[in-house]
Amino acid sequence: MNGPHDLGGQMGFGPVTPEKDERCFHAEWEKRALGVTLTAGAMGAWNIDESRHMRESLHPADYYASSYYEIWIKALERLLQRHRFVTANDLAAGEAVDSAATPKRVLKAENVSAALAKGGPCDRPVEGAAHFAVGQRVRTRNFHPTGHTRLPRYARGKMGVIDAVREGFVFPDSNAQGNGENPQRVYTVVFSGAELWGEGADPMLEVSIDAWESYLEPA
Amino acid sequence: MAHDHDHHHDNELDPMAARVKALETILTQKGLIDPAAIDVIVDTYETKVGPRNGARVVAKAWSDPEFAGWLKRDATAAIASLGYTGRQGEHMQAVFNSDETHNLVVCTLCSCYPWSVLGLPPVWYKAPAYRSKAVIDPRGVLAEFGVTLASDKKIRVWDSTAELRYLVVPQRPEGTQGWGEVQLAELVTRDSMIGTGLAREAQ
Repeated sequence: MNGPHDLGGQMGFGPVTPEKDERCFHAEWEKRALGVTLTAGAMGAWNIDESRHMRESLHPADYYASSYYEIWIKALERLLQRHRFVTANDLAAGEAVDSAATPKRVLKAENVSAALAKGGPCDRPVEGAAHFAVGQRVRTRNFHPTGHTRLPRYARGKMGVIDAVREGFVFPDSNAQGNGENPQRVYTVVFSGAELWGEGADPMLEVSIDAWESYLEPA
Repeated sequence: MAHDHDHHHDNELDPMAARVKALETILTQKGLIDPAAIDVIVDTYETKVGPRNGARVVAKAWSDPEFAGWLKRDATAAIASLGYTGRQGEHMQAVFNSDETHNLVVCTLCSCYPWSVLGLPPVWYKAPAYRSKAVIDPRGVLAEFGVTLASDKKIRVWDSTAELRYLVVPQRPEGTQGWGEVQLAELVTRDSMIGTGLAREAQ
């Protein structure tokens, strides 16, 4: 979707403000927000693509006014309601009022280290040969789906060159909607600054994205 | 102005603190999460998984050409050989700065970041200013970090739009011949592994 999250090339956000000796967390609640998000995700009711799509579906005004952990929590409340673990009554009361759906699993403290060390690999076998080869010129598709996609707006309808042929990966556009993993091969595609930004672009700039095969057409 | 940035401070009145606490309470009461698991997650990223991991990878790549070659070909396996695996580091790529090219990593669409080697991303990495500007004006971003590159140096920006996670291997500073890996790792900053900084100079 053409949502507030798709930020590449937007302007007006002011300078980047790095902090000296930045702390890992800036408030106690951020620690709990991280942990609640990860432990709730570990129930296995939704995948990472659905959670990303929920975050980018926040109203743009809300998205831009929120810190990243705030975005996580606001999206998590919606995911938990969509999957019937939490109700509006529960949230209004600030405690459990209604019954909940049954999770696939509950992540216990003693299993956290192993779960984090394992992660969630999303490479998948794909059939057949790669459609594109390193060095080949391609054009990214120009589409504007209302659902989730990982092709950013600034890189749609642009000419690029295949820089690397990767493995097959879960296709987020499908997986986010609960329509299955439908893995596709991923390619690193590199664009010149001039192709992306036109007049006045930095002549020494190249930008690459990682694109699923169906985002690309031969050029 | 006492508070010139947008953090929320930790006190009873903070609405986000109350909101997160309510959510944790509800999920705990329903038996859906284990609050002790949250403590372990927080401890992991506060004390165990952070940019020291990545610094060790870079220092080894500087010291050991065979390891550097492996890191270039199969970063996930090379990094795993040092014990760094897992969440948001499942599919790693290492990109090497050179005399010709400087690499910079961003996630314009969300906050993708190589947790297994750098830990949790800093606030600025997830914020709109960096995500919007890195792909169109990386030299301007670098200036905000106090970094100026030669105008004829190529800049390659890697937008982490899929599940590959990028680690920048900065150039090894001059005057570090004969240094051991532990000493070298001290020169490797987090920002130098994102590309918003360079490795520290040898003192």
